[in-house]
Amino acid sequence: MIPAAFEYHRPSELSAVIALLSEHGDEARVVAGGHSLIPMMKLRMAALDHLIDLRDIAELRGIEVGATIRIGAMTTQHELLTHAGLAEAAPILAEAARQIADPQVRYLGTLGGNVANGDPGNDMPGLMQCLDARFTLTGPDGTREVAARDFYEAAYMTAREDDEILVAITFPRPGAGHAYEKQKRKIGDYATAAAAVQLEAADSKVSAASIAMTNLSDVPVWSAAAGAALVGSACGTPAVEAAVAAMLADIDPVEDSRGPVEFKKHVAATVLRRAIARAWSRV
Amino acid sequence: MNDQTPPTREERTAALKGLGCARKRVEDARFTQGKGNYVDDVKLPAMLFGDFVRSPYGHARVKSIDASAALALPGVIAVLTAKDLEPLGLHWMPTLAGDKQMVLADGKVLFQGQEVAFVVAEDRYVAADAVELVEVEYEDLPVVTDPFKALEPNAPVLREDLQGQTEGAHGLRRHHNHIFLWEQGDKDGAEAAISEADVVAEERVYYHRTHPCPLETCGCVASMDKVNGKLTLWGTFQAPHVVRTVASLLSGIAEHNIRVISPDIGGGFGNKVGVYPGYVCSIVASIVTGRPVKWVEDRMDNLMTTAFARDYWMDGRIAATKDGKITGLSVHVTADHGAFDACADPTKFPAGFFHICTGSYDIPVAYVGVDGVYTNKAPGGVAYRCSFRVTEAAYLIERMIEILAQKLGMDAAELRAKNFIRKEQFPYHSALGWEYDSGDYHTAWDKALKAVDYDGLRAEQAERVVAFRRGETRKLLGIGLCHFTEIVGAGPVKNCDILGMGMFDSCEIRIHPTGSAIARLGTISQGQGHATTFAQILASETGIPADNITIEEGDTDTAPYGLGTYGSRSTPVAGAAAAMAARKIRAKAQMIAAYLLEVHEGDLEWDVDRFAVKGAPERFKTMTEIAYAAYHDAIPNIEPGLEAVSYYDPPNMTYPFGAYICVMEIDADTGEHEIRQFYALDDCGTRINPMVIEGQVHGGLTEAYAISMGQEIAYDEMGNVKTGTLMDFFLPTSWETPHYTTDFTETPSPHHPIGAKGVGESPNVGGVPAFSNAVHDAFRAFGLTQSHMPHDQWRIWKTAQDLGLHG
Repeated sequence: MIPAAFEYHRPSELSAVIALLSEHGDEARVVAGGHSLIPMMKLRMAALDHLIDLRDIAELRGIEVGATIRIGAMTTQHELLTHAGLAEAAPILAEAARQIADPQVRYLGTLGGNVANGDPGNDMPGLMQCLDARFTLTGPDGTREVAARDFYEAAYMTAREDDEILVAITFPRPGAGHAYEKQKRKIGDYATAAAAVQLEAADSKVSAASIAMTNLSDVPVWSAAAGAALVGSACGTPAVEAAVAAMLADIDPVEDSRGPVEFKKHVAATVLRRAIARAWSRV
Repeated sequence: MNDQTPPTREERTAALKGLGCARKRVEDARFTQGKGNYVDDVKLPAMLFGDFVRSPYGHARVKSIDASAALALPGVIAVLTAKDLEPLGLHWMPTLAGDKQMVLADGKVLFQGQEVAFVVAEDRYVAADAVELVEVEYEDLPVVTDPFKALEPNAPVLREDLQGQTEGAHGLRRHHNHIFLWEQGDKDGAEAAISEADVVAEERVYYHRTHPCPLETCGCVASMDKVNGKLTLWGTFQAPHVVRTVASLLSGIAEHNIRVISPDIGGGFGNKVGVYPGYVCSIVASIVTGRPVKWVEDRMDNLMTTAFARDYWMDGRIAATKDGKITGLSVHVTADHGAFDACADPTKFPAGFFHICTGSYDIPVAYVGVDGVYTNKAPGGVAYRCSFRVTEAAYLIERMIEILAQKLGMDAAELRAKNFIRKEQFPYHSALGWEYDSGDYHTAWDKALKAVDYDGLRAEQAERVVAFRRGETRKLLGIGLCHFTEIVGAGPVKNCDILGMGMFDSCEIRIHPTGSAIARLGTISQGQGHATTFAQILASETGIPADNITIEEGDTDTAPYGLGTYGSRSTPVAGAAAAMAARKIRAKAQMIAAYLLEVHEGDLEWDVDRFAVKGAPERFKTMTEIAYAAYHDAIPNIEPGLEAVSYYDPPNMTYPFGAYICVMEIDADTGEHEIRQFYALDDCGTRINPMVIEGQVHGGLTEAYAISMGQEIAYDEMGNVKTGTLMDFFLPTSWETPHYTTDFTETPSPHHPIGAKGVGESPNVGGVPAFSNAVHDAFRAFGLTQSHMPHDQWRIWKTAQDLGLHG
């Protein structure tokens, strides 16, 4: 658990980060909260010569709440939990953040690090797909946006180029019908299965539904079919079971110490049922 | 004015903060402020750092080791391999269990993480870099991680060094991977009882492999002073004096030239009893380089390579009459000891005190046979917060009682009460050879059942089963019962030793002229609070306030020889030595008081903190006055000074017991659980400090909870450790830890000077069956008889799935 030697950089300008990334290529990595990268370095599973700490870059911080919500990439999980306007505008963020590890981790862990690292165990990627968020990336050639639903290619493989960094996350202000349901073995563990659900209603029927699952594939799974199965229903058993069946067809869990595939599918179905019920109760 | 009113007897007693006082722990001021002094805090000039190259394989031939690239790295001083240790005879070392183990891989590796080479470098980072540069060529060998497969005729030979040896330290070896068969009791008698019984319950009960996982990992600093020839060894040692003797025997350095120091220790739980290759390599490296060498494990090293616990496959058969009177017990254990037999047990007990497995019950005839087996797993087999193999024994009997109750169609609480050893039967001679010192099981059991409203819980459970069957709930209710009997305080020198050293313990007391004192003991606290509680024993015995008594342990140059702290032996053995040494002080004090008061010794009586003249209590000398006189007065026929030492050889073990009840909610769909209530009644004899006892019970129950509900060391078929980090190895945080309700009865030990029995390990011994029985009990109505621990979410889900509860 002793990392190899590396050069530590702590620039205060975004342009300096881009310059360092351009100069050192894949020998450099940016670090936000460090909860994924630092353990990997200590296990010597991540080898890098240059570590670029983003904590001094002011423009990566801040939460703006309007019709669109914009969250700076370096916003910590703790800030997500304590921001008054955000709790009202998008309460599902706090519901999910509260289930990430413990307060010490949440003081350092960031939204940007959580979504950009591409770890399938992380909670925020699935949630951002549920919210149809867009990720703002800045690189030497300027700034571009990528939809969260298009961002994840495989475990730790994303649409971000090596010389780009994630600057901000934006998403439309969601409706009230939300739930983030997570099963884990203990505090600090990745999800055995987790479900993010946002529902909208008109005339006591579901008018729009978005469902995403966490840690049940090598990427987060936004299940369009599961959401579609709920539209037009009042979340009765047939519609919910159709959504569950559609979700199960989209996930691809693997066995690990949390349990075998069959168990994970069972838990995925259970957490989704619970999330739908809770989201519907809040519509 | 009250100034002249002398304090009452009660006030003088309270001022001592002696036995029974919930005195705050004197250690906590430094621990809570980060001012402890642990091994890793030891920093010496010119100190070097060691790190291991470890085997990635479970079983492989070592073809070659090339350290040239590592040695070329600036800052690397040396890379030791078995070849370097061989001329010193240190490439292998004896284990506590009469076997031997490799210090560094000698031709092959037998478990993943095994030590292959020891890198010594100028700093910790360079050492880690150099480890990566040591090139080792391996050739895969077939791996065996299942002890039953290890005993198959054509299983791979693990211990080539033992080939052809049919005799081991504990008798015949019947197979190349067999270590011993150890038997106790009456085999024929037990078979007869079983064949004649109305009812026999039979089950295989697995107590899985786990690990003590102390927060502070194992480590040491070895410093050889070449000028004066003295070796100083700081280390995380639960038995520093034994380490000194072993280090002397292994190294050839005279014992008076070795000083072993156990500084503050951040938890041991048995993990720090054994001798590890890191200690040997650090000593050798310091001798070779003439510089101090530090070696401290990281978490993965600790979980993967230092001593594991449990891994017992227990086949139990229990016989009873149809109305529930137990008539016999037979147990066979297949014990997975890993690659080397490095169990930490008293020499004559290769399965520890497993034969306490008749538990709290009056069982007329019993037999135990334990087969020790080699596998490609890490060595160890330590008593993880329990006396030697006692938690395995308690788990076995408490599962068998539950299974028998099911078979009889009888309430398990009633079955226990029907078979308890009765109060008037103590001292009780068990069928497997123990003499239980004292107990009152029925009183404790009745108190426990009443405290939780047992009948009410059973009624609620019956309603829950009905509601579950109707589809109104997905949650089941389990009531986990346990009545355990521990055996601690090893132990009588006539049959208990570690490497030939009798398991006595010691205390030396020195009273200062102004009436305060220092006492040193052969034990070593790892968080138990010895500096607090031993001072309380001494306060009550000498009349000197506990606050005026310093307790020191762990430095072999100053403390008297003792066998250390594990197996709840500190209070039963060293605590007794403290009381006996204090009584020697008091005997001399009585002579001095008689001189000062000009009366005959026989005319004096002890009164809390003083000797007073019988019938004239106003004529007295306090211990403070006596202490001053001991150094000041020229008393005829009495040596100056006031000190004493006692080496205490206990006449028997002590037998703490307790009644635990766990109420658990289980979600049949997700396998999640919630501990709704946990009631723990402990009887540890005389209670020295109720607050320390409560803390011990909370800690032990939390470890029991971890073990039962998720904690394990798991291997895959290739011999890879699947639980080598705290992500997968379950260590509960405050979030997962249940709330506990503690209670007590107090049945003193008749043979201990103050009647104390020890408590540190009871909650682990009793807690594991209580948690596990709660899980089993939740599914009892659906026909479950046995499902193996740990009861993590997927295994509980699997139980529900197999019982058809998922529709």
